[in-house]
Amino acid sequence: MVGLIQFIIDFLSLGGAYALMALGLVIVYGILKLVNFAYGELIMVAGYTLYLVGGTGMPWIFMAIIAILMSVLFGILTDYVAFRPVRAKSVTAVLITSFAFSTLLQNGALLFISPRPRNIPLPDIFTETIEIAGVITPIRNLLTIATAVISLSLFTWLMRRTVIGIAMRAAATHFTMARMLGVPANLIITSAFAISGLLAGIVSMFWLGRIGAVTPGIGLEPLLIAFIATVIGGMRSLQGAVLGGFLLAFIDTGLNYTLPQDLLKFRDAFTFSLVILILLWRPEGLLKGPASGQRT
Amino acid sequence: MIKVSNLQAGYGAVRAVRGVSLTLGKGELVTVLGANGAGKSSLMLTIAGALKPTGGQVFFDGKDVTGATPERMVRLGLAMVPETRDVFPDLTVAENLRLGAYIRRKQVDAVQADLEKMYEIFPRLKEREHQAGGTLSGGEQQMLVIARAMMSDPKVLLLDEPSLGLAPNLVDQIFEMILELKATGLSILLVEQNASKALQIADRAYVLRLGEIAAEGTAAEISEASDLHAMYLGG
Ligand SMILES: Nc1ncnc2c1ncn2[C@@H]1O[C@H](COP(=O)(O)OP(=O)(O)OP(=O)(O)O)[C@@H](O)[C@H]1O
Ligand SMILES: [Mg+2]
Repeated sequence: MVGLIQFIIDFLSLGGAYALMALGLVIVYGILKLVNFAYGELIMVAGYTLYLVGGTGMPWIFMAIIAILMSVLFGILTDYVAFRPVRAKSVTAVLITSFAFSTLLQNGALLFISPRPRNIPLPDIFTETIEIAGVITPIRNLLTIATAVISLSLFTWLMRRTVIGIAMRAAATHFTMARMLGVPANLIITSAFAISGLLAGIVSMFWLGRIGAVTPGIGLEPLLIAFIATVIGGMRSLQGAVLGGFLLAFIDTGLNYTLPQDLLKFRDAFTFSLVILILLWRPEGLLKGPASGQRT
Repeated sequence: MIKVSNLQAGYGAVRAVRGVSLTLGKGELVTVLGANGAGKSSLMLTIAGALKPTGGQVFFDGKDVTGATPERMVRLGLAMVPETRDVFPDLTVAENLRLGAYIRRKQVDAVQADLEKMYEIFPRLKEREHQAGGTLSGGEQQMLVIARAMMSDPKVLLLDEPSLGLAPNLVDQIFEMILELKATGLSILLVEQNASKALQIADRAYVLRLGEIAAEGTAAEISEASDLHAMYLGG
């Protein structure tokens, strides 16, 4: 019983984080049909922002808000620097520019800050634990679950109830048609990048909170997680991204609990094998989503 | 309302529109005929701003709008029903229609009134109000895209093969509706494969062949032209 509760909390908190990461990647993919390889660097940007404002002594929540806003800002910047100038040219061009932007940001951090990990300020509550029904768990895990629930609800509301959300869903299938109804292309794309940055920023608080420090390469793992989650969930569907995130977390947590100690260091190999099995069974991912329009 | 002069457009090396000139007057119904691949859809897309012209000019209401974005064209009062229909599949019928009114979303009451009007014209859409657009039948989707285009309250409507793939009785219904729209003073540019039906309701007609205007005149003149079939099928 205790083990089960422990498992559920671990699974849900990891799944919530994965789902938000995946959603941030797929919101841009859905509209541009392009993977933003500089996505992980948004988490790095949020981390270094926390580090840089850490000395100011302001309440942590303000630091967190500044860090999340920087992530949004860099999300939008990705669009302006890496995507917009070459968007109309070719897929390859955008792949390369988004890689380049990612490398640029990483090297910027290496050069101007340090290759070594930098500790980030964290609120005390992140390191405290709590006992529920005999299970001792970090409060951070519960905060992650709560934040994921709130963020996912807000996101759903935004996409279903607001004009911009409906327009984004429309643009994800027939971009040119949406433009022919008067929906401005740039507004949609910039909004997608801003939302992507917001999700990355929010999730980075908990992701970095686990580690307690930020390094120039910190973005790689979240990018990979988001990518795998969207691939198994279905690249064309927002629900798929969330589902994929939770499924990947289920696999990871499940393996953590079941693998014997000496195999645990090979956990990723087991995870990837399962991912391959899922893809063999469902090459398009679990959720198909609407037939998608052409790349724009 | 619309004047196109020596318009050229294409896809890379493919020149789909090769120096087309045409006019569409206020309240006029003009049809563009031509064989498959003649460049009709490309012409429509270029006028709507979805395809960039490589030469020539487009005027809307006397303003030079050559190379304008699709967003700008719809703001000026041009609505497009593309051949590909492009119903937003995971949006409900109501959401599809509301998005049609995107440019005047602030006029809440007027938009609501127009929505009711569309549901009156197309009761089928009302019944399926909360159904996803992608689950509608082909005919229902065609009704939806026409209604969606009308939601922007346009002055000019471009219709690319509105009867494509519809059952005969539905085709008649669509043509009747086009006449009703014309009666409200809307200017309509209609592309049709069903030449005889289109010529029955049109004021004037152009025949397009290999991206060029092969013939033009009143609907009666074009219908009577003995070589219509040759021009039409000659590709
Ligand atoms: N996306 C595209 N890429 C390349 N070539 C295209 C594209 N769309 C159309 N074409 C070419 O442009 C020419 C004109 O096509 P268009 O669709 O305008 O013809 P159409 O008159 O509308 O034909 P239909 O009656 O079959 O709808 C054709 O030769 C076609 O192959
Ligand atoms: Mg066509």
